[in-house]
Amino acid sequence: MNGFPWLTVAGAVPLAGAIVLAVIPGLPADAPPADRQARDALAKWLALAFSLATLVVVIIIAVKFQVHGPTFQFTETYSWIPQFGVHYALGVDGIALVLIAMSAVLMPAVVLASWHDADPAFPGGRPAGTLPARHSVKTYFALMLVLETMMIGVFAATDVFLFYVLFEAMLVPMYFMIGSYGTGRRQYAAVKFLLYSLLGGLLMLVAVIALYVYSSRSAITGHHGTFLFSVLVHVPLSPNVQKWLFLGFFIAFAIKAPLWPFHTWLPDAADAAQPGTAVLMLGLMDKVGTFGMLRYCFELFPAGAKYFTLLIIVLSLVSILYGAVVAIGQAGLKRLMGYISISHFGFIVLGIFVMTSQGVSGATLYMVNHGFVTAALFILVGCLIARRGSDRIADFGGVQKVAPLLAGFFLVSGLAALSLPGLSPFVSEFLVLVGTFTRYKVAAVFATAGMILAAIYILWMYQRTMNGPTRAEVAGFNDLRIRERLAVAPLLALILFVGVYPRPVLDIINPAVRATMIQVHVTDPVPAHPVTAQNGAAP
Amino acid sequence: MTGSAQALAAQATLSATGALKLSWLLLAFPLFGAAVLLLGGRRTDRWGHLLGVAMPVAAFVYGVIAFFTLLGESDRSRDLHLYSWIPVARFQVSVGLLTDQLSICFVLLITGVGSLIIIYSVGYLWHDADRRRFFGYMNLFVAAMLLLVLADNYLVLYVGWEGVGLASYLLIGFWQFKNSAAVAAKKAFVVNRVGDAGLSLAIMLMFAEFGTMSFTGVFRGVGSAGSGVTLALGLLLLLGACGKSAQVPLQSWLLDAMEGPTPVSALIHAATMVTAGVYLLVRSNPILALAPGARLAVAVVGTITLLVGGIIASAKDDIKKSLAGSTMSQIGYMTLGAGLGPAGYVFAIALLLSHGFYKAGLFLGAGSVMHGMNDEVNMRRYGGLSNVLPVTYVTFGLAYLAISGIPPFSGFFAKDPIIEADFGQHGAAGKVAGVCALIGAGITAFYMTRMMFMTWYGRRRWEEHAASGEPHETAEPLAGGSVQGAHGSAEEYHPHESPPVMTGPMVVLAIGSVGAGAFLIINHRLQKFLAPVVGAPPNTHGFFTAPGIAATALAVAGIALGWWIYGRVPVPATAPAGGPLTVAARKDLYGDALNESLLMRPGQWLTRLSVYFDNRDIDGLVNTIAAAVGGTSGRLRRMQTGFVRSYALSMLAGAAVLVALLLAVRL
Repeated sequence: MNGFPWLTVAGAVPLAGAIVLAVIPGLPADAPPADRQARDALAKWLALAFSLATLVVVIIIAVKFQVHGPTFQFTETYSWIPQFGVHYALGVDGIALVLIAMSAVLMPAVVLASWHDADPAFPGGRPAGTLPARHSVKTYFALMLVLETMMIGVFAATDVFLFYVLFEAMLVPMYFMIGSYGTGRRQYAAVKFLLYSLLGGLLMLVAVIALYVYSSRSAITGHHGTFLFSVLVHVPLSPNVQKWLFLGFFIAFAIKAPLWPFHTWLPDAADAAQPGTAVLMLGLMDKVGTFGMLRYCFELFPAGAKYFTLLIIVLSLVSILYGAVVAIGQAGLKRLMGYISISHFGFIVLGIFVMTSQGVSGATLYMVNHGFVTAALFILVGCLIARRGSDRIADFGGVQKVAPLLAGFFLVSGLAALSLPGLSPFVSEFLVLVGTFTRYKVAAVFATAGMILAAIYILWMYQRTMNGPTRAEVAGFNDLRIRERLAVAPLLALILFVGVYPRPVLDIINPAVRATMIQVHVTDPVPAHPVTAQNGAAP
Repeated sequence: MTGSAQALAAQATLSATGALKLSWLLLAFPLFGAAVLLLGGRRTDRWGHLLGVAMPVAAFVYGVIAFFTLLGESDRSRDLHLYSWIPVARFQVSVGLLTDQLSICFVLLITGVGSLIIIYSVGYLWHDADRRRFFGYMNLFVAAMLLLVLADNYLVLYVGWEGVGLASYLLIGFWQFKNSAAVAAKKAFVVNRVGDAGLSLAIMLMFAEFGTMSFTGVFRGVGSAGSGVTLALGLLLLLGACGKSAQVPLQSWLLDAMEGPTPVSALIHAATMVTAGVYLLVRSNPILALAPGARLAVAVVGTITLLVGGIIASAKDDIKKSLAGSTMSQIGYMTLGAGLGPAGYVFAIALLLSHGFYKAGLFLGAGSVMHGMNDEVNMRRYGGLSNVLPVTYVTFGLAYLAISGIPPFSGFFAKDPIIEADFGQHGAAGKVAGVCALIGAGITAFYMTRMMFMTWYGRRRWEEHAASGEPHETAEPLAGGSVQGAHGSAEEYHPHESPPVMTGPMVVLAIGSVGAGAFLIINHRLQKFLAPVVGAPPNTHGFFTAPGIAATALAVAGIALGWWIYGRVPVPATAPAGGPLTVAARKDLYGDALNESLLMRPGQWLTRLSVYFDNRDIDGLVNTIAAAVGGTSGRLRRMQTGFVRSYALSMLAGAAVLVALLLAVRL
């Protein structure tokens, strides 16, 4: 059971990095700026090195993962608080693995993109309005690495209590990253973010404790309460209990995800956060919400999930369309990206709750793709802000002429966001749609309308920022620097690769989805007039 | 009909062998070209256009080899499985290429006409700083279009379908620094997306009904599906076709798309991409065969569009927009043909192929004129150019005869069978469509004659205009031989013939305009060739039947009317006020106004309302709650220091209360 603790190592590497950054001695206040810069550069390079090392460990895990092996692999179980049956238990199925891999891929890109976000002064003359409030560079990067540890932990946890602790604890680094290093109304946004998340967390805590109480009453556990996921899935719960406990978990996840109408913290947070922070928040942290819906809401409370399915499908459709419509009307790039994410999270939740193989596999792949696309878009928005000192769409115009590479990268990222075939989001979005269609045709029709709205919000935004005559303020823009290219290009390469050949990722995801559906006792709808295979093309 | 459709669908598709095993090369060549040119950056500037030409030509050479290989086979349909693309449980989609009679016709059209237009572009865009990017996009287009016609299932077809949409977006917006070009590009993509949504819903319905999206699978399954399903499939496919092929009601983007460089208009918005909707309908013939309601809708859409396009083309003074209206109209004929069922498929494709030649020839001719006229597009400033651009004049004139339906040129052979087939249909609908198609033939001859007289004959209005010193409108900055910085200032026109790299392709296309129709129709060549895919027309007429004679007579009448208005008397240099229909036609028959009042305005209000709502109401409510919980909002802000410290405590306290309650009520 306990082989080499790969998952613990993967989580420990960034934590070690954070500790190393934390112990870099500070300089006296009167130290010369050159010394300070050298010290900051050291912190940045260390952060990059540790995030890359984590990526290497995660790649090893992904390679060693056996597609046809048991559902949960790399399991580690140690007793943590025996009095309450709490375990330090880790393990990944295909769904958790791809999300961990996404986190590990995004982190180096975010570190590169955030290189100057905490600097007291931008070497090339930083545009006004982007100066963060507190200038401890090493703390900023240490917080990022701590967050990575928690992200890996929250996806890998197979003990509900451990999951809950990490779920709440990851708010802390994010709170400081927004509140201390953000821009604009950062403190308001940070508090709003924290309040919303705490409210959800509180409800979840109630459900977690109740789950423990019910497990201690069950004969399956021998009347010893436990938080182990593998045991809890077998604890029988009455449908009524399932409904209430489902809600406890679901509201916490819906706030995180974020699902309409629990979404209002997100645009403010996305607006106030630095672009790198926004990537971590929207691309990584919010995935815990949709991941939790799939892993915990469905597997622990299948009856509860089925009871609320129609309501949640409606909410997800509202998210898709409402997020898209409001995105069209935004004046600022960062808020626009926030609303795009709300629309895309609607697709993910829809895919999960239609409970078909295509819907759930599509939703899982959507989580990964959304991470890459959001990261690419936000990093490029960050590049625009760094050049212009503003994220208002009206302040740009004609960037393509002076910075063709920046515009080209932005266009490819935007096309990915509108799910152009050939790029990875198309695969996931179409799977979600087709998975929805087989069970709920009307819902699929509404969701497909989101496809049209996506073309409007992306291309209109692109037209206003990148096309048209070059504005005077834009004329002096540099094209992407090497550091910025290195942050974005690998993401775009991945988006293209998975779009053309998604099979390796789907092969990892599919068995876990199958296991989930068996656990939840649902099967795919059968085609009305199935056609059997004759040619090699498709059965 | 059901039986024959079933027989067709059941036609076994064999795995590719021999030369056809390499059909992936068709995609690989242009894809390689696009990748090198778009990723290679400025390093490839010097020789980029050579690669950009070589790749489509290489694809054409392979296409010819594949065509003759296919001719030699008794069973002319080959499937090449490439790899498993999206496998999720029952949803199994592979990337596979189907080389059959229908797809090889398109392969030859796309790579053949495409190569000619790309060669022409070398001259046309010689002075454009971004020429390399242009050839990269063109190669991307060729690759996507080939994927569209070679796909062996609907989802891979959809990849090509949206891929050509992307190429179209990039190329309409090639001069994106002009706001008008950027707006037109976006509009084209968004309007197309509406059609794409229809196609993607059709694909979802196929999977839900048949568990597959492959052509063979769907066509075999469709026989057992209910009439509701086939009708829905047919209408959704029609919606997709309307978007891509600029058919009413999704036609409005095509006229704006003329913002793109003229070779783009020739290749994408005349010869190939806009005909993809017709391809989709003809390819899906086993579905249409079982959905008479959908077929009727297809015919109605085609009939309306052929009239609408013709009327718009008759009123435009902008030569490219007039040709764009003409394209709409011609594709309307093809759509009408596809709506007639087996009686019309072959002729729709014959018209599509012939149209590819003569319309590309017309656009390249228009481009050649613009090239020599500082990118002037207003025909009222042309006139008397026949001596100045002799080669362009002759090639344009041959294409003119072809499109006008004068025997024995292409348009006559290709269009007349569709009109005849209309009258051959049972019921009143066919007769109505036939009459409309006849009227359309007259309109076609009229607007083309108008264009001929305005451009080539009469007074040299460009001399008078230069003397008057008014600024002229340029459609295409930096294109061709235009002098940079000359825009908007009064300068003289120095019309001149284009270089051989441009006239050469025009000559080849002119030969096609003359002969393609006769070649395809006489001896039923295309009909026999395509029979395994689309079936044979039930009964074939000779030529010069009553409808055929009527069509030719109407064409002559249209020419006479054109001469009466534009040849007999001098063309005014400024457009006369015109009657209500002319005014409406100049405004694209209010297509944009309709879209604006029905979709855009309500959409804008919805957006504004949602944004307002999102900023105020939901948030306001939540803030109020937050404030109530934390005291005042001012206190909320102060609370944040030390908040994290107290958070664990308050959380635990609250949780304890809730747990106590939970256990007390005993769920």
